[in-house]
Amino acid sequence: MSALNLSNDPRSSDIAIDKVVLRYGKGESAVLALNGISFHVERNEFCVIVGPSGCGKSSLLYLIAGLEDRTDGTIRVGDKTVTEPGPDRGMVFQGYTLFPWLTVAQNVEYGPKRKGFPAGERKDIVDHYLAEVGLSKFANHYPSQLSGGMKQRVAIARALANDPEVLLMDEPFGALDSQTRHSMQKLLLRVWENTKKTVLFVTHDIDEAILLADRVVVMSGRPGQIKKEIRVDIPRPRTMDIVMEPSFIAMKREILDLLKNDDDDH
Amino acid sequence: MPKPVPDAAGVEKTVSDQSLFKTVTTPFRTIPKSLAISVSILVWVLVIAGWFALTYSGAVKEMFLPKPEAVLATMASMAADGSLWEHMLASVQVVLIGFIVSSIVAVPLGLMMGTYRIVQAFLDPLVNFIRYLPVTSFVPLFILWIGIGIEQRVAVIIFGIFFQQLVMIADSARSVPRDLVNAAYTLGTRRIETVFHIVLPATLPNVMDVLRVTMGWAWTYLVVAELVAARSGLGYISLKAMRGFQVDVIFMAIALIGILGLVTDQIFRLVRRVLAPWAH
Repeated sequence: MSALNLSNDPRSSDIAIDKVVLRYGKGESAVLALNGISFHVERNEFCVIVGPSGCGKSSLLYLIAGLEDRTDGTIRVGDKTVTEPGPDRGMVFQGYTLFPWLTVAQNVEYGPKRKGFPAGERKDIVDHYLAEVGLSKFANHYPSQLSGGMKQRVAIARALANDPEVLLMDEPFGALDSQTRHSMQKLLLRVWENTKKTVLFVTHDIDEAILLADRVVVMSGRPGQIKKEIRVDIPRPRTMDIVMEPSFIAMKREILDLLKNDDDDH
Repeated sequence: MPKPVPDAAGVEKTVSDQSLFKTVTTPFRTIPKSLAISVSILVWVLVIAGWFALTYSGAVKEMFLPKPEAVLATMASMAADGSLWEHMLASVQVVLIGFIVSSIVAVPLGLMMGTYRIVQAFLDPLVNFIRYLPVTSFVPLFILWIGIGIEQRVAVIIFGIFFQQLVMIADSARSVPRDLVNAAYTLGTRRIETVFHIVLPATLPNVMDVLRVTMGWAWTYLVVAELVAARSGLGYISLKAMRGFQVDVIFMAIALIGILGLVTDQIFRLVRRVLAPWAH
């Protein structure tokens, strides 16, 4: 176990996004989805992007993951410029993307197996991360036997088991009911505090953004650009109770106003 | 007032007559398993009883519809002299060869077709043209080209099912969710591995269903091929029996094909359950 450095010295990198442009289509019918986005996510930082639907926040995540090609600009993760997808950037998707033909344990094991880790080491990794997301008892279940929240917990474990440098999360709790959502947020914060991975998290839920983030990046839509970056100085560990605090409410109001102005502009 | 009567067999049996009526007339409602089995048996009881009624009442002449026991007797005598097994084996052999050859090529090619647009663009125009040609119209051509041996019958089966398999497998490969593939990429899967690492297992339950359905079609094309040109097989003995007015033999051949179909169908269901235990 100690040889794995599961929590002592996890890999973590910064993300540098510089004048990124994303344009769909060509000529007259071209749509400008992202218009010169620049920002930087610190190593070990929990950064959340909020914005209205269609503002290109998910697209930005796909660009960082290398799943889509940017039209212009550069994206760097650690010391590497992004050109294609790779296991150094883990991602948790909005929909359920567990491999249905693999059990929970096999899903979590997938990344380490691709990297050629020996079976014993893989088992340690799987045990560790399933315990981390509280699903040790479900190791041999198939994804179809799990609830939505459990599936996303496995997806988080699967991404982390691969020891990525950054964790990209695209509205991972968007499809869950509010009860499950809260417990997932709590779980994510705990896991993040244990691993200190750099996290870039996309949501349209302002409460979720402030609760989770070190810094909230507010985006406006069509074309997507950054309106403001807001540092969240509420001390950690945080619980849902902070939604009552004046500093939280003030921040929420500021973000709401930023998003509302955006509505007026269009 | 009907009141629920508890039954040793379980809760489902506690329904009164009135609520049972409601259960069976409610769309998509599951029915008690014992009832499902009973009605499944009932349909055969009705068919066979109808058969008895038609033949014994004299409503249909025995020349057109043999008595059930006549068919059984024919089956027994042909089984005894070994000719039954010989013809059955001949048919099974042709179906299996045709089906396996077709599937071995259609599964990987269909997956490639559904995964890579370039393969689809290349094959689609040809496949969709051939797919609509009636196989029977090619039988004379096949006889001219390859004669009336087993190869001809195998060719008819392959021609009949290959292009259908290709299209259906490509369709299910195309419907693999993009984010499932994206997730695989972010976990270190390389592009070239996608077809067999992700698309194949993701579509496996569908592929098994396609194979099961096309296996049934293979039997159809087999009989077509055997009716035209063959010296053995269940289709061949039917044709020969027609010339000699042996209706009992025709009925026996039909029944055997049905039973063989039923058996292969069950085998496919079993294999699917073993290969794809996650999908029920």
